[in-house]
Amino acid sequence: MEKTDPNITAMCRPAPGEAGKTGDWRDLRPVIDHTKCIPSVKKRAACYLCWLFCPDGVVKPSIPVEIDLEYCKGCGICAEECPAKAITMIPEGGEGTT
Amino acid sequence: MSRTEILTGNQAAAEGAKLCHIQVVSAYPITPQTSLTEYLSQAIESGEIKAEYVRVESEHSALSVCIAASSVGARAFTSTSSHGLLYMHEQLHWAAGSRLPIVMCCVNRGVGAPWSIFNDQQDSISQRDTGWIQIYCRDNQEIIDTLIQAYRIAEIVKIPVMVCYDGFVLSHTMMPVEIPDAETVDAFLPPYHAHTILSPEDPRNINPVTFPWRRADQDGVMCDGYMELRYKLQSALEAAGETIAAVGRDFAERFGRDHGGLLWRYRTEDADVILTGMGSIATEATMAVDALREQGIAAGVVGLRVYRPFPKAAVREAFRDAHAILVMEKDISYGYEGALCSDLKAAFYGTEISAPIHNVVAGLGGRDVKARELAEVTREILDRIAAGQPEGPTTWLNCRTDTPTE
Repeated sequence: MEKTDPNITAMCRPAPGEAGKTGDWRDLRPVIDHTKCIPSVKKRAACYLCWLFCPDGVVKPSIPVEIDLEYCKGCGICAEECPAKAITMIPEGGEGTT
Repeated sequence: MSRTEILTGNQAAAEGAKLCHIQVVSAYPITPQTSLTEYLSQAIESGEIKAEYVRVESEHSALSVCIAASSVGARAFTSTSSHGLLYMHEQLHWAAGSRLPIVMCCVNRGVGAPWSIFNDQQDSISQRDTGWIQIYCRDNQEIIDTLIQAYRIAEIVKIPVMVCYDGFVLSHTMMPVEIPDAETVDAFLPPYHAHTILSPEDPRNINPVTFPWRRADQDGVMCDGYMELRYKLQSALEAAGETIAAVGRDFAERFGRDHGGLLWRYRTEDADVILTGMGSIATEATMAVDALREQGIAAGVVGLRVYRPFPKAAVREAFRDAHAILVMEKDISYGYEGALCSDLKAAFYGTEISAPIHNVVAGLGGRDVKARELAEVTREILDRIAAGQPEGPTTWLNCRTDTPTE
């Protein structure tokens, strides 16, 4: 008789934090200037390139835009892509990041 | 009703794939496999095979497509040769590690450098350690029959199967082939049910980073670490030999053709010297054995059908009474000897088999291998053994080592 072992392929249900709280990998933190961020300035859903480009899905396309720092690894792609230059990467533990 | 047609090896493989109701084909043409993919694309285009043919830019992508298709529950097929197979190397590991029952034809061809389009088995032998089952066919009938068996085997043991056959020697050579009737194949090969079906309704991350240790997933279910999953692949391969033999027996009952399961024998009952090899070189050896027997030498052939999983118990039994063993192969593990020769010697370790074992590397890059040459080299090696030389050096059959002159 064929033995059935459902667990022969590595797999999991997609869920936040499968690899742990990856925010503590970060050494640069994204800080949004809401006086420049387009959805905040226009007060409507707009742009959201940070959300589109974030490789970890930690940007919430809301007004204002929010970044989940529990999982953000600090890669800086959002800051690079922001057409309004509203996101600055600031060293963790440095000034303004307490 | 089955029907008999005169087919090339590649046509036989295409007919086999058709009978297996393949659902996704993705392949990139490479000599000598090309005509196989052409037959399949024509048959899919005309509606004769109801499958999706996914055109890709490389063999790496071809197998990636098959991996994806198999993961969503489709019976997937690909085929390649030589550099195409080497280009797939990474995905071979992914397919086996994901335990997907993909079937691939490897139409054996030599590997560069320098370029060769001609036959040897260096391509598939160099993929030995990727976790695939490897079966070597000796003629075109065995190609179609093995392909049908391969899906059944793969879907039971959940390991991909490589059906290997010699380029040109079989792929482009016409032979009478009995094509089984579709109903008998359908009864033999039930539809594929994937052990994991990816679907948008129930999404899964397949093959995420797997840690060295066991670890609870997001639902609190304890999941295997990397090493446990690798152990499961290895133990499944070790157990697959029994399945391959059983599927071969069932095939023989239903279709009336028994290709031997793990290995086949020819005139070995009273044989002192046993010639062994895989694929068409073993067929050639049967004719060498006939010639040797006419000269009073009790010779026989053991043809290895299955190379991985290595049929250790079966070879121990098959070579038990041999007084001399000649391993003839179209590959070389550079810096040592033929891969099959090493594996056979390892299988005999700790047993009473102590016959001299000589390795003959032959037919690399398409150099012709004739039965009379195999008979001659057998006689030479028997003389060396009689002179007290129990093993090696490896003989390079028909390979000239002098400087070429006008």
